[in-house]
Amino acid sequence: MSTSYGAHADDHHGPEPGLLRWLFTTNHKDIGTLYLWFALIMFFVGGFLAMGIRAELFMPGLQVMDPHLFNQFTTMHALIMIFGAVMPAFVGFANWLVPMMVGAPDMALPRLNNWSFWILPFAFTLLIGTFFLPGGAPAAGWTIYPPLVLQGGANVAFMVFAIHMMGISSIMGAINIIVTILNMRAPEMTLLRMPLFVWTWLITAFLLIAAMPVLAGAVTMLLTDKFFGTSFFNAAGGGDPVMFQHVFWFFGHPEVYILILPAFGIVSQIIPTFARKPLFGYESMVYATASIAFISFIVWAHHMFTVGMPLSGELFFMYTTMLIAVPTGVKVFNWIATMWRGAMTFETPMLWAIAFVVLFTIGGFSGLMLAITPVDFQYHDTYFVVAHFHYVLVTGAIFAIIAGVYYWLPKWTGHMYNERLGKWHFWLSTVSVNVLFFPQHFLGLAGMPRRIPDYAVQFTDWNMVSSIGGFAFGLSQLLFVYILVQTIRGGERAADRVWEGAHGLEWTVASPPPYHTFEKPPRVTEAEAHG
Amino acid sequence: MIVDRMRTNRRTAQRLAIVVVLMFGFGYALVPLYDVLCEITGLGGRTGVVAAGSLDGAVDTSRTVKVQFLGTVNSRLPWEFRPSVGSMEVHPGQVYETMYFARNLSETVTVGQARPSVAPSVASLHFNKTECFCFLLQELSPGEARDMPVRFVLSRDLPAEIATVTLSYTFFNSGQTG
Repeated sequence: MSTSYGAHADDHHGPEPGLLRWLFTTNHKDIGTLYLWFALIMFFVGGFLAMGIRAELFMPGLQVMDPHLFNQFTTMHALIMIFGAVMPAFVGFANWLVPMMVGAPDMALPRLNNWSFWILPFAFTLLIGTFFLPGGAPAAGWTIYPPLVLQGGANVAFMVFAIHMMGISSIMGAINIIVTILNMRAPEMTLLRMPLFVWTWLITAFLLIAAMPVLAGAVTMLLTDKFFGTSFFNAAGGGDPVMFQHVFWFFGHPEVYILILPAFGIVSQIIPTFARKPLFGYESMVYATASIAFISFIVWAHHMFTVGMPLSGELFFMYTTMLIAVPTGVKVFNWIATMWRGAMTFETPMLWAIAFVVLFTIGGFSGLMLAITPVDFQYHDTYFVVAHFHYVLVTGAIFAIIAGVYYWLPKWTGHMYNERLGKWHFWLSTVSVNVLFFPQHFLGLAGMPRRIPDYAVQFTDWNMVSSIGGFAFGLSQLLFVYILVQTIRGGERAADRVWEGAHGLEWTVASPPPYHTFEKPPRVTEAEAHG
Repeated sequence: MIVDRMRTNRRTAQRLAIVVVLMFGFGYALVPLYDVLCEITGLGGRTGVVAAGSLDGAVDTSRTVKVQFLGTVNSRLPWEFRPSVGSMEVHPGQVYETMYFARNLSETVTVGQARPSVAPSVASLHFNKTECFCFLLQELSPGEARDMPVRFVLSRDLPAEIATVTLSYTFFNSGQTG
């Protein structure tokens, strides 16, 4: 009872004054903001490492750093971008939007929500701190394959505990999101009236609670192999290092959909708004998302075609992988059909969303090429793979995140962002990101391996082009920060329904929304349902 | 109303937490599952063991298969290790013996453990050994050398398309001292 009184009394308060507000807050909007800021900071930390990588690869030979530091850069770049930037950004969106979209007053478990966020800064302090340990940071790649990763020193233990903490954070976040969506919806918000962003997050949250514990298990096995004499992956003791790859990718493949399904959700909110048409094939979008999530658990070995699998295994994983293209194709088709004969306008969020559809599809196609087992033997561990996953993660996940920020920023801050600068940011990023990653396809096909600090001279030209694109892309993101700060500090007042074509409950509250929204469940009209 | 909702929320969260615990356990369950899968499919190239007396002695002399031998030392074991012959022509069903040579190059007593692997992995299901130095830990004093026998037999149901089988050993430092 006492807790319910506390929660009740809290409902009528504004935010606490001072910095402690952010430490103790259980408000979903505050926590969403914290997640988004954290993700932005990590995006720049990971981006700094990427700039180091591209600087070293600008020319053959070793100029900027020694190979061991380079390996630390590639490993930490990936870990920080995946677990520190993209995942927390999506959780930030979920915190801000899911309660407002389903008509709930807050997340279902607000105290848990506060813990989910505040674990993260500690996890990343632990992880990034490994740079200052003797022997440096983890350097075996983000896939942390044994026996290589076990040759690291104390950083193995730091990394394992950091991954445990990130895992606990995202599992708690995922549980919170599922409970909110299942139990806290306004009575009239039936499951099939939910915005697609809510649907994709519901499915992503289930992927998280199924996949993250498996990663936790895998890294725990690494830890005991290294420090407690077990032999899960130690061949001398009867273990098998290849088994790590199976366990890791059993987590790892669902993980890549954890990184992209919320992006599908964001884009599915934006495109109907600016095409001024309801989303084409809403239900097929829901089923397609669920199918992708299911299939993602049975395709893991396509990451390891070259380990020496029986033919039947290679065929199974090849066909199931290609099967994913079907529901993904349904989604791309639906986005295009939504735009077809729509009254389209091209504000900044829409530009990012359209670029997402085009460039993510390029990444999807190179994924299909990698799925073909016999040719994968050529592509495996080359820059072709690097190009592929950066097209789906940078021009996929990150572009969708940026699109979403521009789309909801006026709602969050109450101010319109500078449209002209937003468009500059879009065009600079889109041109430079293609200069950055497209040549990496050529490098990979020509045989340049990934994760190398130095390369044969015939790869010089495209590496230079790629590095120039990289620096331009990195610099363009400073403009993003400028626009964000400018919008938060002031600007033209945003209307409640910021975009005339926008539908959904979040547009029925003020911009910026009051600290507590929907303390009484709202009515959900047909017009506001799945905008 | 609020209390009711909190109770429902807590119950849903607890159910989801059970899923998390089960999936953590599943990660560990993958270890024995992987072992079973390797037994069945030959994945990982593990070889079989048979007792010498259990063989029926029938030999398929119409068929000749080439068996290649490899020996590798893990970097943490200061030994020299190699097969005495590079390859043999064998008939399925007949028991053959070959030798591997090992010498301790260090100044200390070291104990090694050899791990076999057969390629292609399908052939590992049909590659059986009656005796092998890999069944036991091998202890070598400083400078000590040893010839170690392997007795093996290819079963007659080895798939017809397999003409060459490679048996490879990696010697690891067992970490134990003599």
